[in-house]
Amino acid sequence: MVDRTRIDEPTGTETVGHEWDGIEELDTPMPRWWLLTLFGTIAFSLVYVVLYPAIPFRHSASAGVLGWSSHRQLAGEMTAEAARLAPTRSALAQTPIEMLPANPRLLVAAEEGGRSAFKVHCVQCHGSGAAGSKGYPNLNDDDWLWGGDLAAIQTTLTNGIRQPGNADTRMSQMPAFGRDGILEPAQVRDVASYVRLLSGQEKAGAASARGGVVFAANCAVCHGAQGKGGRNIGAPNLSDSIWLYGGDRVAIIDTITNAHAGVMPAWGHRLDAVTIKMLAAYVHSLGGGEANVAPPTPALTQAPTQTAAADVGN
Amino acid sequence: MANLMMKTGGWFLLAMLALFGFAASADRGFAVHMLICGLAALIAAVVTMRRGETAKADASLYDDEVIRWGVIATVFWGIVGFLVGLVIATQLAFPWFSLNSEFTTFGRLRPLHTSAVIFAFGGNALIATSYYVVQRTCRVRLAFPGLARFVFWGYQLFIVLAATGYVMGITESREYAEPEWYVDLWLTLVWLSYLAVYVGTIVRRHEPHIYVANWFYLGFIITVAMLHVVNNISLPVSWMGSKSYSAFSGVQDALIQWWYGHNAVGFFLTAGFLGMMYYFVPKQAERPVYSYRLSIVHFWSLIFLYIWAGPHHLHYTALPDWAQTLGMVFSLMLWMPSWGGMINGLMTLNGAWDKIRTDPIIRMMVFALAFYGMSTFEGPMMAIKAVNSLSHYTNWTIGHVHSGALGWNGMITFSALYYMTPRLWNRSRLYSLRMINWHFWCATLGIVLYTASMWVAGITQGLMWREYGDDGYLVYAFVEVVQAMHPYYVMRIGGGLLYFSGAIIMAFNIAMTIAGHLRSEAPMSSPAFDPARDRPIRPAPIFAPVAA
Repeated sequence: MVDRTRIDEPTGTETVGHEWDGIEELDTPMPRWWLLTLFGTIAFSLVYVVLYPAIPFRHSASAGVLGWSSHRQLAGEMTAEAARLAPTRSALAQTPIEMLPANPRLLVAAEEGGRSAFKVHCVQCHGSGAAGSKGYPNLNDDDWLWGGDLAAIQTTLTNGIRQPGNADTRMSQMPAFGRDGILEPAQVRDVASYVRLLSGQEKAGAASARGGVVFAANCAVCHGAQGKGGRNIGAPNLSDSIWLYGGDRVAIIDTITNAHAGVMPAWGHRLDAVTIKMLAAYVHSLGGGEANVAPPTPALTQAPTQTAAADVGN
Repeated sequence: MANLMMKTGGWFLLAMLALFGFAASADRGFAVHMLICGLAALIAAVVTMRRGETAKADASLYDDEVIRWGVIATVFWGIVGFLVGLVIATQLAFPWFSLNSEFTTFGRLRPLHTSAVIFAFGGNALIATSYYVVQRTCRVRLAFPGLARFVFWGYQLFIVLAATGYVMGITESREYAEPEWYVDLWLTLVWLSYLAVYVGTIVRRHEPHIYVANWFYLGFIITVAMLHVVNNISLPVSWMGSKSYSAFSGVQDALIQWWYGHNAVGFFLTAGFLGMMYYFVPKQAERPVYSYRLSIVHFWSLIFLYIWAGPHHLHYTALPDWAQTLGMVFSLMLWMPSWGGMINGLMTLNGAWDKIRTDPIIRMMVFALAFYGMSTFEGPMMAIKAVNSLSHYTNWTIGHVHSGALGWNGMITFSALYYMTPRLWNRSRLYSLRMINWHFWCATLGIVLYTASMWVAGITQGLMWREYGDDGYLVYAFVEVVQAMHPYYVMRIGGGLLYFSGAIIMAFNIAMTIAGHLRSEAPMSSPAFDPARDRPIRPAPIFAPVAA
């Protein structure tokens, strides 16, 4: 075969002597740095394979001289994290929720934990800013359906709302006055006028006067004569401007006609007691939290001592 | 004549079979697909009849007809794929753009985008350029010309079946291998025919040696055949239905899938396109390949190492630690073998660096190689477990993929198309070289905008997910991280729009070239085309007793 090698002028390198469709190849040696880096990565890999689990056998694999495994790493990190949080969590477990305000550092720790848990479990319905939306209460205001002190919020969280099979769940049911024929459509419209009068959205008139009579006979038993609502049965206050399902005429007529019965899971089945306590503290801190109904004993309301604060420290 | 009857009859028989499949189908999707198959077979029958016994092709020219179709298909599917990409990018930034229809949800359009760009655009580019390159570097016409056409048109049918299937919700849910069992079987048939054409042509070559581009193309064809067959082993629920279940289960299934998925990148998008690079870069630069020795060593090390790197897609999962370790170290060792291609491509310009200024096609090739180098550095880095624990499941991966796909695969394909088009249609030059310049800058700015926004988005995302506050709790909820992505998603739309605009310019330029127009413009340089030299070596008379 004819030797067709030649010296390539611009580079001064010899060609290999092959030619395909005008393409030739130079006989340049491999770049030294390229080869060294290739060998370097191979050397690194060999060392790494000795240090870490790498070689499969029939039923197991080499453990690596460092003894590292992803399971052990995860378990180690989880244990360390649990140990770091343990003092706070045990302090929280031992403190009844009514006593939390007496220990500001513990309260802040609880609120921060609650903020985190809220983002995982609660934002889906109540929104990431806890502002709620139609059918899901806003937790930033001071309008509470079932009570807004720490203990009441904790009870609501633990047992949920309208959860069948839970004896302590928040339970009530407004009748579907229109759908079930308890009230005539005209009466429903009158009641709506009266409710809008109560909340200052309409002026008094003939319709609201007729509605007032119907209201007293049918609604006042739960919502109160003045429509101020009742927390023992979660009856909303109808005299303010906060509406769970809308306060315009159409929405109110719909509510009276079909009724609503929103639900919330009983978190006691899903979350541990400390997390629920933290959630209650967080929701309480959002702006509308109320003072404890039964004030704790004076001894416990004293300013926290240094020791009490130190218990919480991490 | 009898031969023609046989062929036409065969196609009619297939059409009848498809019609039977349509009638007996177990679900809507399968019925639609059988209808498409029947229609395709009928078209094939009619075309076979109308062509009749056409005159023998001119044996003194390369067999370029199917490549011309391939160029058109590449441009067409490229536009489709980029457009769907733009649509789903918009959906991520503005979810209402899902249009509230099952057929236009992100979940169905996303595989449409990935398959359209990888397999329709990239696959057609690979088939067309491999046919072009193998003939010219072997100095011989394609072996089995009929089969070569079957490969091209059969591959288009595969694309249509896959795409319509995604939109109808037919999927195996295996990333980059979504088509169901009957489409897989069809692709296997097409791919083995491709292998036969390719190997046949190499065997009949009139050159003593096999050129390096052909090693890469052949490596790509053989490995993709193996990957495709193994990853798609599954059992159909019904022989007349579109649903099947994988033969593997659990973590084995996941590992098989990512062995496939990673090597789809390695052999489809890397080896195949390196084959493209090894022909078109030296041709366009009119310079010898930088180093023959480097090409040998980097070819074999790339082929050997790539196939083991798949487990890095499953870091910190149920995959055993030892497999994760091996996936990581094989990915690290892959760094230099990948860079061998970049060095050989870039250094081929030794003695012709000035052409980057004057030749827009060379500029595109250099840019493609630069992005190839960047993403093949980024890949091994992201395979390191510590890095992966930050980057995995974030938009960083999307940025990485697109720096490779838009920068390397896209740009090298565009430059190959620009090289081939005037030669295939026998034009003195492209309609406009200045438009290539516009395409180049649109695409470059688009890529920069796309990858930069996704890098920032991905790292932000990864850091937000793992951000712990002083009190030991996670700082951000998942939805807050989604919210934080919005500005980057909007920026990405801008990048995609630029890249898409560049492709539209290319489509116009290529269409005008095919139509035979020349834009009068200030000249830019491109190597001269001599049709007289672009011919196979005629066999010596002793082997070819029949005179042409």
